[in-house]
Order: sequence, then structure tokens, then C-alpha cells
Amino acid sequence: MEQILNFFSTHQQMIYIVVLMVFVGIEVIGRVPAVLHTPLMSGANAIHGVVIIGAIIVMGKAEGDNYLALTLGFIAVILGTLNVVGGFVVTDRMLEMFKKKK
Amino acid sequence: MEMNLLIIAYLIASVTFILGLKMLSNPATARKGNLVAAGGMSLAIFATIFLYKEEGEGLHNYGWIFSGLIIGSVVGTLAAKKVKMTAMPQMVSLFNGMGGACAALISLVEFDHLVRHYDPANLSFFSDLDGTTLLVIMAGLIIGSVSFAGSMIAWGKLDGRIKDISFKGQQVLSLLLMAVVLGLTAYILIARPDEIEILFYTVFALSLIYGVFFVMPIGGADMPVVISLLNSFTGVAAACGGFLYDNKAMLTGGILVGAAGTLLTILMCKAMNRSLLNVLIGNFGGGAAKSGGGTGAQQTHKEISLSDTAVLLAYSHKVFIVPGYGLAVAQAQHACHELEKLLSEKGVDVKYAIHPVAGRMPGHMNVLLAEADVSYDNLLEMEQANEEFSNTDVVLILGANDVVNPAAKTDPSSPIYGMPILDVELAKNVIVNKRSMKPGYAGIENDLFFRPKTSMLFGDSKKVLQDLITEVKNL
Repeated sequence: MEQILNFFSTHQQMIYIVVLMVFVGIEVIGRVPAVLHTPLMSGANAIHGVVIIGAIIVMGKAEGDNYLALTLGFIAVILGTLNVVGGFVVTDRMLEMFKKKK
Repeated sequence: MEMNLLIIAYLIASVTFILGLKMLSNPATARKGNLVAAGGMSLAIFATIFLYKEEGEGLHNYGWIFSGLIIGSVVGTLAAKKVKMTAMPQMVSLFNGMGGACAALISLVEFDHLVRHYDPANLSFFSDLDGTTLLVIMAGLIIGSVSFAGSMIAWGKLDGRIKDISFKGQQVLSLLLMAVVLGLTAYILIARPDEIEILFYTVFALSLIYGVFFVMPIGGADMPVVISLLNSFTGVAAACGGFLYDNKAMLTGGILVGAAGTLLTILMCKAMNRSLLNVLIGNFGGGAAKSGGGTGAQQTHKEISLSDTAVLLAYSHKVFIVPGYGLAVAQAQHACHELEKLLSEKGVDVKYAIHPVAGRMPGHMNVLLAEADVSYDNLLEMEQANEEFSNTDVVLILGANDVVNPAAKTDPSSPIYGMPILDVELAKNVIVNKRSMKPGYAGIENDLFFRPKTSMLFGDSKKVLQDLITEVKNL
């Protein structure tokens, strides 16, 4: 029990961010029209690619002889980049289709 | 100084994520919103590479980092540029899986780090701090792995590589797996550090298996909903990384997507008039078979020939085309546009009536028709189309079924009762193109096919449209 309470006091700031972001996330897309559901999903998909930052940190602080960290970190950087770059490019391509043609 | 700059960069990135999502949910600003978020992401990535410091020490291994970034960017861009518009959903699923795998890999490395740096002489419990770290690592691992494995299955299903497989007791097995994963996790958190390594990797393996079982029994047509759900999972996995590194950009980005993704999943289900639980358990077909029994009497439908259809269309004033999943499957969007152009040249007013969930993926028809260069102005949304049906001569239904089923209005026992539909019956004639009389995705009979105004035109959409084009040209 005390551990849980400690968890809350040491991570107070982070927990506030989590709670507020949940509301922001819901509020921000609350009125999206159905035609945009797919591009929005794809855009959100690209945004969670922010996990790449973790991969970069893992990679960047791996010791030179820690081959496990180096290999897995390297793969993680590649996969994370795929998520970010691929995600944004695909979303852009989808949205390109929605422009009004005269 | 550098750390302060990094904090500002993360703040800006977080704001762009929120702004980006906000703009993405409005058609006028959507494209810009995507770019705004992409800009913020680039800022966060480069700021991390050059400004991040831990205990006064910057990152190294730049060669590795940049090679990884370059390989990922090149492959990602090529894949995203080359993919066909119709294959978009599986592409999104694939990229989502990559993000999940990335989160799981981070957890694997950090776990190794944690265990490695633990003093083996002192085999007591983890301290509070390490306990929290371990909890976050476990969460990232489990959620990331489930998201990765699930996304790969979803990708395979949409790509037609994996068939729907479900067997008796699958749900029980899934629940059991989940229980074991959670139980092991709880045990790891209180166990002695020297005995958890093997358990940790067991949890990793079981999470992957759970991801497979989670998606396997869900029907292919429901994959977009599942992808959206897995998308929010990956968001939460990314947020775990935010906790792990005390990184606010990862935390805000991850939680934002986790929350927005969950709501989006629910909105998608709502547009199909189904509950999320219903999609996940997937007993839609089973329940429907029983309730459809009210109109058991043998009914007859009438068929129409290609040439009659061509004449009817060419001499109409106003024609509506109702596209559906069948059109997408047959890849008939270009043929469809060609027929539309041909008829317009003959002075027929041709419009498209787009049901919000036609094709079972919101926006599917818009994207599909846009690919074939159909003008955005000719695509009418449901409400608008419903107002115009009464002065329409012919409604041509191409591979759509449930979205025009009158049972949604009249039969309270129907599983789609209450779903708004296109009132095609207000038009003078209805021509339905389907491959056979088989019921649609929801597995329910469609009375529309037996109504006096309705004629059936059987065949593959693409073939039928091409033949129609020839017939109309010959008139």
C-alpha cells in the first residue's frame, strides 16, 4: 500500500500529465467526421512513433561492448523510424486524396 | 543549458502533437495538421540526439543512430509511397506494429540493464525506485508485444495472407493467457531479482502469443477497428517509455494517442452501429441467423440484363451510384468513374451516395473514388443523398448491401436495426449489382432485393461496369 502511495508522490507530475492528456485526447478528436476516421487513425499512428526517442536513448547510451543493447537498440531505432516516417507519409498521401478538385 | 533547450523542444513537440490531432479532425486543415505533427516529431528526435544528457554525459553511438534513422526513413518512405490506396489499412497496421515492436525492444534492453546493474551479492527485493522502473518496463513490454503481434496478424488478414481462424474455447484460452501474463507480472514485481529473468522472457513470449490470439478470431472486415484499438495500445506502450525516461514528449504523445485512439475506436464502432465488445467477440453472424427468421417465406427477385441496364441509365435524368465493399474488392473504382463520365457526357446527372460506413471502413469509399479521380463535389453524404433520392431515376448499387437494407428501419429484431441507411427506395428504379444472392457482411437477408422496384444485375462489379460501358457506348 505504501509503495503505491509513494508511487503517486514521486510521479505526481507525470500522473497529472497522463490524466490531463486523456481529456485532451478525447476532447480534441470528439467531433471528427466519419470520412476522416481512417486518416486520423493513421496520423495518430505516426504520433505514437514518438517511442523512437526511447530507442535513440537506448542506442545512445549503450556501452560499446554491450552487443545485446547495441543490436536491439539499432533494430528499435529502425522500427521506430519506420513507424514515424511511414506513418506521416501514408497519412499525407491519404489526405492528398481529399483535396477539392475543381 | 542544453537540457533546458531539450525541455523546450519537447514542450513544442507536445503542443504540435495536440494541434496536429486537432487539425487532423477537420477536413480543411487535416493535411496541414499532419505536417505540423511531423515537424514537431522531427524537432523532438533531433533535439534528443544532440541535446540529451544523462548524468552529464551526452549520447554516443551516433553512427548507429544515424544509420538506423536513415534505413528506417528510406524504407518507410518507399513503402508508404508505393503502397496502393486500397492497401492503406494494412500499411497503417504494419507501421503500428513497428512502433509496438520498438516499445517492446526498449523494454528488453532496459530490463537487461536493470538486471545487469543489480548487485548479485545483495539479493533482496528491488528498491521502490527500481520496482517502479520494473513495472513500467513490464507494461511497455506486454503492451508493445501484444500490439506488435496483433498488428502483424491484422496486416496479414487485410492482405489476404491469413484466413480467419477460430476454434472452440479460443476465448477461454485468450483469457487464460492474459491471466497468466498478469499473474507472472505481479509475481515478478515482488520476486527476488535473481529469479525473474526467465519469467520475464516467458511473459514476453506469452504476450506475443496473446496478441495473435487476440486478433485471430476477429473477422477481416472488422480489422480497421482492431487496428485503431492496437494503435491506442502502442500509444500507451510509448507512454510507458515516457515514464521510464521521465520524458514528457513520449508521455504526452503516447497518452494522447492512447486516449484519442480509444475514442476513435468507439466512434468507428458507433458508425457501424455495433459495440466494441461485439466486434472483439465477433458473434455478429451467429446472433443474426436466428433473428432473421421473420421473413422465412421464399421470395423472388427479378434480374435485369446488361443492355436493359445500359438503356435505363443512358436515358435517365438523374442517377445515383451507391458504392460498397464489393466495389473495393473488385477494384472497380476506375471502371465506375469511366461509366460516370460517359453518362455525364450523355447529359445524365450522376452523383455518388456515400454511406459513412460503406466498405466497413470509414472514409473507405471516399479514398477509393478519389484515387480514380472522381470529383469530391460529386460525392454526397448520406443526409444529402437521402434528400435527393425522391427525384432520382435510377440508383445503381455496386457491392453495397447492409447500408441500404430497409430492415435497419423496419425490423426491430434485426441486428442492424437503428443504423441510418440510404433510402434508395425513394428513387424510381433500383439496380443492385452483386456477385450472388448471398447475404452481406452482417449475414442478414436484404428485403430490398425482393421489392418490385428492384432489379438484380449479377456479376463482379468491375466486369459488369466494363460491359455496361461498352453497352452504353453502343447505344
